[in-house]
Amino acid sequence: MSVADRKENREPLIHLSRRISIPRWKAWGIRLAAVLLGFLFCGLVAFLLIDRLQQNPGKIGQFYMDFLNGAFGSNRKLWKFMKDIAILLCIALALTPAFRMRFWNTGGEGQTLVGALAAIAVTFYLGGKIPEGLLMVLMLLAALAGGALWGLIPAVFRAKWGTNETLFTLMMNYVATYLVSFFLEIWVPNGSGALPRQEHGKMPTIGHDYLLIILIVLALTAALYVYLKYTKHGYEINVVGESVRTAQYVGISDKKVIIRTMILSGALCGLAGYLIGAGLDQSITTESAGGRGFTAIMVSWLGKFNPLAMVLTAALIQLLNQGAAQISKDFDVSGALPSVIVGIILFFIIGSEFFINYEVRFRGHENRREQGAVRK
Amino acid sequence: MNMWLSFLIDSLAFGATFIYGSTGEILTEKAGHLNLGIPGIMCMGGAGGCLFLNMVGKSGLPPVLIVLWGILGALLLSVLCGLIYSFLTVSLRANQNVTGLALTTFGAGLMKVIVFKLNPTVYLSEPKKMYRWPFETRTDSLQRLGILFFLAVVIALAASWVLYRTRAGLHLRAVGENPATADAVGINVTACKYLAICIGSGISGLGGFYYIIDYMGSQEAYLSVEAFGWLSIALVIFALWRPHLTLIGSVAFGFLFSCSSFITNIPGIFVTMAMKPILRMLPYVVTILVLIISSIRNKRENQPPASLGLSYFREER
Repeated sequence: MSVADRKENREPLIHLSRRISIPRWKAWGIRLAAVLLGFLFCGLVAFLLIDRLQQNPGKIGQFYMDFLNGAFGSNRKLWKFMKDIAILLCIALALTPAFRMRFWNTGGEGQTLVGALAAIAVTFYLGGKIPEGLLMVLMLLAALAGGALWGLIPAVFRAKWGTNETLFTLMMNYVATYLVSFFLEIWVPNGSGALPRQEHGKMPTIGHDYLLIILIVLALTAALYVYLKYTKHGYEINVVGESVRTAQYVGISDKKVIIRTMILSGALCGLAGYLIGAGLDQSITTESAGGRGFTAIMVSWLGKFNPLAMVLTAALIQLLNQGAAQISKDFDVSGALPSVIVGIILFFIIGSEFFINYEVRFRGHENRREQGAVRK
Repeated sequence: MNMWLSFLIDSLAFGATFIYGSTGEILTEKAGHLNLGIPGIMCMGGAGGCLFLNMVGKSGLPPVLIVLWGILGALLLSVLCGLIYSFLTVSLRANQNVTGLALTTFGAGLMKVIVFKLNPTVYLSEPKKMYRWPFETRTDSLQRLGILFFLAVVIALAASWVLYRTRAGLHLRAVGENPATADAVGINVTACKYLAICIGSGISGLGGFYYIIDYMGSQEAYLSVEAFGWLSIALVIFALWRPHLTLIGSVAFGFLFSCSSFITNIPGIFVTMAMKPILRMLPYVVTILVLIISSIRNKRENQPPASLGLSYFREER
C-alpha cells in the first residue's frame, strides 16, 4: 500500500487503519460533502460536453436550477418524481434482504421483468373471462410467484453447490429479457413487438393515479425495516451475512436462510414488476424494468442496506435522473446525459465511503495519532 | 463461396467483439476484481476511437497512422475508465459490484453524448476501409476480417500465455486467489491489481471500438455496444477464465446470436419469428449451464478466482 514500507525503520507516508466507529453526523457529513463535490465536478464536465454552456457560461446557474426544476417544476413532475422513486425503491427494498446476507443478487432486473410478464400473461389469457376482482388477485399472485421463481433458481444452486450467485443472477436477467420478447412475438403476431394496453386487470387507484403505488411502497419500506431489524428471520439473515460458520455453529441452516430470503427477494421484485406492468403500463416491453434493477443495487448499497435510508438515496438518484433529463431538454444535448451525471455523483459517493470506513494518517503527525488511539 | 463457410467467417468476425471484451475481463477477474463496468468501458473505448478518428478522418494522413491513432483513442479512454475503477476498488476498497455498475452507467451514457456530436462521414466512412486491411478489396465474406480481428486473436493467445506460462501471470493469479499470501511472499498486490485492471480495460475498450468501426461500420452501431459488453462477461464464465478458450466461445456466441438472422435462409430449416428470441437467449442459458456444471464438478482450475469480488486490506485478518 504505502510507498516507503520496503525501507526499514521508516514509517510509511500514509497509514491506513479501519475505523472502529464514527459518529453518525460525521459519516453523513462526509457523504454530503461528496455529493456537493460531485455536483461541482458535474458542472466542469458539463462545460466540456454542452455546446450552449461553452457559448454562454452564464447559463451555469440554469444548469444547476434544472435539477430542482426537473423534479419539482410542476405538479405533474412532482408526481412523476414520487412515482419513480417508489418503483426504484421497491426494487431496492426487494434486493436488500439478499444483500444483507452477502448474496449479491444482481438479478433484480430479470426478477422484476418476469413479475411483470407473469401479471400481463394472466390478463392476456384470462382478461374478460373471469371476474375483475379475481383477475387482479391472480395477476398479483402470478407476479409474486414469477419473481420468486427467478430468485429461487440461483439460490438453490448457490445453497447446494456454491454456484457463484452474482454471475448466475446476472445471466438470468437476459434470459428474462428474451423470454419477454419471445412472448411478445407470440402475442403480437404482426412483428411490431408492441403489446397494446390491456383493458382488464388494471390495478385500482385511489385519489391520484400514482397514490396507491406510493403508499404500497411506503408500507413495504416500514414492513421490511421491521422484518430485518426485529424478527428472527432478519436476525438469521444478519448472522449468515456476517459469517456462515457462526450460523452453522449456532444451528442456523444457511441453506434454508439463503433459499427463503431469495424467494422473498424475488417475490418483492415481482411486486415491483406488478406495479409497473399492472399499475402503470398495463403492457410490457423488454424495457419495462428499464435498468432500474441495476440502479436499485446502487440505491440499496448507498443506503447502507437500511430501508429508511434507502428512501433518501432513491430520491437522490431520481432527482439526478429527472434533473439531468430536464437539462438535456433545455440545453439540447443527447438524452443520455442523466446516466453521465448519475455516474459521476455515484463515483464521488462510492469514493467517500472509504473516508468513513478508514482513517488516513500521514507521517509525522504523531500527536494526532496518539489522540486518535486514546479516543478509541 | 460456400454459404456455411461465409457464415462461419461472419461468426468469427462478430465474435472478435467478445474476444476483446472477455479477454480484458478475464485479466481483471484474475486479479480478483469482478468488473461489471466492462460494458461501460467497451462503450468508452468505442467513443474514444471515434472521437480520435473524427479529428483525422479526412486529413489525408497515411492509413497506418490513422489506424493507430484510432486504436490509441480507444485505449486512452478505456484505460482512463480502468483507472477510475481501480482507484475506487483497489485504493479506496469500494464495493466492486456497485463501482462497476456505476462505471457502466457512466460509460454508456458518456459514449452516447460523445458519439451523438460526431460526424459519421468523417470518423466512419473513410477509416472503416483502412481497418479492413489486407482484405479491404475482397468481395466475398473474407472482407469482414481485418487487422483488428487478427489483433484480437493475437491478444487472446498472448494473454493465455502470459497468465499460464510466465512469472507475471503466476503472480497475477496468486493475487486473485489469495492476496494476503501473495503479499506475504513479496508481490506488490496494489501494483499488480492496477496493472491487470488497466490493461484489461484497454483490451476490452478495443472490443467496443472494433464493433463500431470495423464489424458494423454503421452510425447506429454504438447503441448496441453495451449489450455486447454484458455478453462478454458471460463469455468469461463460458471460457472458464481461460483467454484462449474465448476464441471458441466467441464463435459459438457469435453463431448463436447472429444465426437468428441467417437461419431463415437455410433451406430445410423452418424458423418462425418467435424462435428468434429463443436463439438469442441460448448464449446466456449455455453460460448458466457451464456455471452450474463447473460448480458441481468443483474442479479447482475451473472455478472463479477465490477472492473474486473481495477487496484486500493488509491489516485485516
